[in-house]
Amino acid sequence: MAAVAVRYEELKALGVEVLALSTDSRFVHKIWQEQELSKMVSGGVPFPMLSDAGGKIGMVYGVYDEAAGVDIRGRFIIDPDFIIRAMEVLTPEVGRNPDELIRQIKAFQHVRATGEVTPSGWQPGQVTLKPGPALVGKVWEVWKP
Amino acid sequence: MTQLQDGCVKPVRGPLVPTSQLTTPQAEAPSIQEVSKMTARVGQEAIDFEANAFIQGVGFQPVKLSDYKGKWIVLCFYPGDFTFV
Repeated sequence: MAAVAVRYEELKALGVEVLALSTDSRFVHKIWQEQELSKMVSGGVPFPMLSDAGGKIGMVYGVYDEAAGVDIRGRFIIDPDFIIRAMEVLTPEVGRNPDELIRQIKAFQHVRATGEVTPSGWQPGQVTLKPGPALVGKVWEVWKP
Repeated sequence: MTQLQDGCVKPVRGPLVPTSQLTTPQAEAPSIQEVSKMTARVGQEAIDFEANAFIQGVGFQPVKLSDYKGKWIVLCFYPGDFTFV
């Protein structure tokens, strides 16, 4: 979460709003911000920290661990039409990779703007594919893994 | 910092059931049965929700997901404040 917060300027430049959620109360969020996060992230975590007490939001997003009573690590990208474009769910021991989050957002934004599709590992500026009859069986000519 | 009035106990809010799917008349606080029927999936509309939140520089304020409609949104769930990763 703090790792996403330190990339917030980059996310904001892409027009992205971030919302963080855990089952902790808003009061605990405030003290975590004051006691620890503000020392990891300059100015503190700049986006809203939501309280999913009881885990009902986590339940509908498939990340609520009933035995532990907490939301596990889950990250969702939602587009301007309110459609979920991507989800990544990890058990808690492994943290996320904000580079991959930002890469996926750029790819989904490119797809939305152009109608092209982006091959595996695509980065801005790299070759994209234009799906259609002409491309069938010819992907190898324009793109190699 | 603007300090909003805030009591000790507030409704948690949570997922908002689309009114078309409601089995009970009120839009707030769907039952656990209603919640368990809703599942977020890629390629489908996000499930709306409202939650109490802490916002740096603002204080305590409820946040509703659909207020961000029209923008790119990233939701980050994590296991808990003061945990290690």
